[in-house]
Amino acid sequence: MALITYREALRQALKEEMHRDKNVILLGEEVAQYNGAYKVSKGLLDEFGEERVIDTPITEEGFTGVAIGAAIAGMRPVVEWMTFNFSIQAMDQVFNNAAKMLYMSGGQVNIPIVFRGPNGPAEYLASQHSQALASVYAHFPGLKVVSPATPYDAKGLLKSAIRDDNPVVFMEAELMYAWEGDVPEEEYLIEIGKADLKKEGDDVSIITFGKPLKIVTEAAEILEKRGIHADILDLRSLRPLDEEAILKTVKKTNRAVIVDESWPVASMASYIGWFISHKAFDFLDAPVELVTSEDVPMPYNHTLELAAQPSVDKIVQAVQKVMYIGEA
Amino acid sequence: MTSDNTKKQETQNPPDLKHMLGQMLLIRRFEERAAQAYGLRKIGGFLHLYIGQEAVAVGSIAHLDLKRDYVYTAYRDHGHAIACGMDVKKLMAELYGKESGCSRGKGGSMHFFDREKHFMGGNGIVGAHIPLAAGTAMKIKFNKENGVVLCFFGDGAIHQGAFHETLNLAKIWNLPVVFICENNQYGMGTDFRRVSSVDDFSIMGQSYGIPGKQVNGMDVLEVYREVGEAVYRAKEERTPILLEIKTYRYKGHSMSDPAKYRTKEELEEYKNQDPILILKDHLLKEKKLTEDEFQKMDKKIKEQVRAAADFAEESPEPALESLYEDVLV
Amino acid sequence: MADKLLMIALSPTMEKGTIHTWHVKEGETFSTGDILCDIETDKTTMEYESPEDATLLKILVEEGGQASVGDPIAIFGKKGEDISALLDEIKKEESSKADTKREEKEKESALEKKTDLDIEVKRPESQKAIQPDETTRIKASPLARKIAEERGINLSQLKGSGPQNRIVKRDVENYKPQEKSATTHAPYSEDSDQRIPLSEKRRIIAKRLSESKYSAPHFYLRVQVDMTRLMETRKRYHETHPDAKTSLNAWLIKLSSEALKKHPEVNSGWDTDALIRFGNVHIGLAVAQEDGLITPVVKSVEYKKIAQVDHELQELIEKAKNNKLSPEEYTGATFTISNLGAWGIEEFTAIINPPGSAILALGAIEKKPVVINDEIIIRPMMSMTLSCDHRVIDGATGADFMKTLKAYIEDPALALT
Repeated sequence: MALITYREALRQALKEEMHRDKNVILLGEEVAQYNGAYKVSKGLLDEFGEERVIDTPITEEGFTGVAIGAAIAGMRPVVEWMTFNFSIQAMDQVFNNAAKMLYMSGGQVNIPIVFRGPNGPAEYLASQHSQALASVYAHFPGLKVVSPATPYDAKGLLKSAIRDDNPVVFMEAELMYAWEGDVPEEEYLIEIGKADLKKEGDDVSIITFGKPLKIVTEAAEILEKRGIHADILDLRSLRPLDEEAILKTVKKTNRAVIVDESWPVASMASYIGWFISHKAFDFLDAPVELVTSEDVPMPYNHTLELAAQPSVDKIVQAVQKVMYIGEA
Repeated sequence: MTSDNTKKQETQNPPDLKHMLGQMLLIRRFEERAAQAYGLRKIGGFLHLYIGQEAVAVGSIAHLDLKRDYVYTAYRDHGHAIACGMDVKKLMAELYGKESGCSRGKGGSMHFFDREKHFMGGNGIVGAHIPLAAGTAMKIKFNKENGVVLCFFGDGAIHQGAFHETLNLAKIWNLPVVFICENNQYGMGTDFRRVSSVDDFSIMGQSYGIPGKQVNGMDVLEVYREVGEAVYRAKEERTPILLEIKTYRYKGHSMSDPAKYRTKEELEEYKNQDPILILKDHLLKEKKLTEDEFQKMDKKIKEQVRAAADFAEESPEPALESLYEDVLV
Repeated sequence: MADKLLMIALSPTMEKGTIHTWHVKEGETFSTGDILCDIETDKTTMEYESPEDATLLKILVEEGGQASVGDPIAIFGKKGEDISALLDEIKKEESSKADTKREEKEKESALEKKTDLDIEVKRPESQKAIQPDETTRIKASPLARKIAEERGINLSQLKGSGPQNRIVKRDVENYKPQEKSATTHAPYSEDSDQRIPLSEKRRIIAKRLSESKYSAPHFYLRVQVDMTRLMETRKRYHETHPDAKTSLNAWLIKLSSEALKKHPEVNSGWDTDALIRFGNVHIGLAVAQEDGLITPVVKSVEYKKIAQVDHELQELIEKAKNNKLSPEEYTGATFTISNLGAWGIEEFTAIINPPGSAILALGAIEKKPVVINDEIIIRPMMSMTLSCDHRVIDGATGADFMKTLKAYIEDPALALT
């Protein structure tokens, strides 16, 4: 085991896979000479050359589409979007081409590609640069969507994503790049579509994915001191969704709080909430609670922007609510 | 473009004109039959007919070796699919939405595909396939293959961001792709002159340093000659090329379009330079074809198309289980 | 070969088209792509292009005429071809189409009539059905409902501790039947509590009795009865029948049946929208068992003599103690007696055992001073308390019954009257 950052874990995954398969290429804005806007691809240009680590102009729709075209013809591109906010410009390519071509062609044309980059709010970036878009991508059949929250998961899942024969949307977070965690020295893969129970407890299930795992863990520590023991289920993948793991924890604890940094309407959280009430209705002792971003564009002011997002306090409150604590 | 290149291309690849005539006729008869079937509700949704534009697909694709070259096009894709040698039975069955269709009944008129024959589809979003074509050219370059990608799109697509972004990328990465704007003069119901800053689309490549040329798309021989030269350059010089091939669709944009936005005289003018008639007359004049031979050819093709319709009619509906198939590999 | 020219859909939503103009006349030739006619669709006028090279042999739908998509509008073929067979075929198709149309219409109108009727018949009921009864709706979490159902707990007995008094898991798990609620005053220690899983019988008893208690409005009538004569009668019977050893319960059952014969309104039941007046007198006797209580039923007591009643009762009690009663032996009591005299209970009230509407609770026989003819005399007295379902039995009716029963017990000979 070695203690490394999330950023380093991603870089290791890219390196290992690029060594393993010469069809794996990386392209995006500033990925080559600049070593990546967030330094994920640092050193890769020197190691693999400009044919495989390719700087693009600022044309998300164009280079995303070109990468899809290369994948159609058998390459395995990794597209780095500088942030998912800019991926909105490329959505037509992802949704109309990458997600649908296999289906439209009756199973003939598959697209082995990874779209990756930081998703969700960082700090002080205001509305256009602080969007958590997991729900949007997860809406489309034909895509796989993963959102790892630890260096270990990031490395294992990125390697699986690159080897997957389907388009995989891989969501990181700017604030997570510096987070550290233990990663084995030897090679390993994590199966896409498998959730991970990060902590065990019998009283309540807190279900989350991606960056909010950190505040969920902090909230669980506070709850622990109050005698409330939470299961923390880290979904890791949103598509396919590990439905079995969700039902298992909810059937055990009879209560669920879903923490999702997206907006609440038509979100991953609201879907999982429906799923639980549908498949585990008789096991529920309280309505499912959601902790999401507030239903507003992100403000610039720091106090306001923190208030707009899920927090430790909001999670603790939600847990107490489903436990019927402090309420008649 | 130099006449040297033309010569090279023609000597390398002498055109089989009778074959091209047959292909154009097959496209036309196929679509006439499809239109009938549409009228009888055997086919639903959009059905964008290519009638009048046959020379573009046939004259261009005649140059390709579809083991190494690729074709991308938009939703008016029947002509290109047939020119790529796809089986008209499977195509008609696809229009009928049958399991035996080329896309298992999941694509329909706009989404013909044949991975084997490197026909990479029919795309329903205006301009969305243009970057894909460049991406496939990127793979050709990456693997140092001797291939080229033909990317067909309409005059409506040329103003899309995807087109302009792709032209830039194709140039900076030296991708062997020939962008073919089939200017049939109407983006749905809008005359292209009303919505374009220039009348001559071939100059649109200039700001990206991409050579361009206008071609008469009613004459399959001219199409063959000019695309041949473009393919040659794209491969040899590793450069994208832009061609504007002027053509005309006889029918409305889709089956529900009465095409009232253009005059009868205009339509008649183009019907007088029908690409099939032009090639037929040329062959008759050159004594490479007799009227009798032509009639026989037409009869045979009509039978082929009728058989395709029978095949589509008799093919089973896709099983309900297939609904969830082909979403992921 | 001549063939039909069919009306085609020229817009995605077109069902019918009107021929606006024929551009080709009968006898004229045309080729593929020629405009044959203009057709008005639901949206606009479209041109009908020829699918063939042929001659127009006959126009079937003239200008201004209408045709549905798929119907023939003309016949084409080779010049001079005989088309009579084709015309016959079209005629036939038309008439069969008209037939099916007529049939469909008839079917439709029949259906309409039928559904009209149905709606009228159903309306009052369906209106009733959609009225939610907010006062009786119980708010409980799905999990709480499920646990309560498993344990046979009636949610209406619980108080919810969740928001808006929602009953949640902890409420069901902490629930203890009311009888024990007195003990909650004792020093509370969870450690000394013992959780005893419910036997199936206990669960059913709980369910039936709480259903009875909470659905049947109970009222109670109590009298003291002098047992002197009955005890003497029983004694004389034993003297004349040396083998017999009848129980007092058997006598009380028999006398009750005689009183019920006189007051059939007490031998009745409640069935939501009707009163049931039972045709026979089936009397149950509550018998204590280790894990609960059971009421074996002596059927049709009115036809049986005391010896038979007693014999059957002994058998039933024996079976009850060995848990061998079959369901038909402990259900269907139209009247029930519960006797706690052996435990020294002076008097008590019992919960009605459905489907009957009354239960008689008997206390211990105790010698008590009573005033008879202004004199204080010691007599063996017993307290009888009748619990009545007020939906079935009114106060005066119950009282009349008790008066009769008291009279029969105090002077059994009266039962013959």
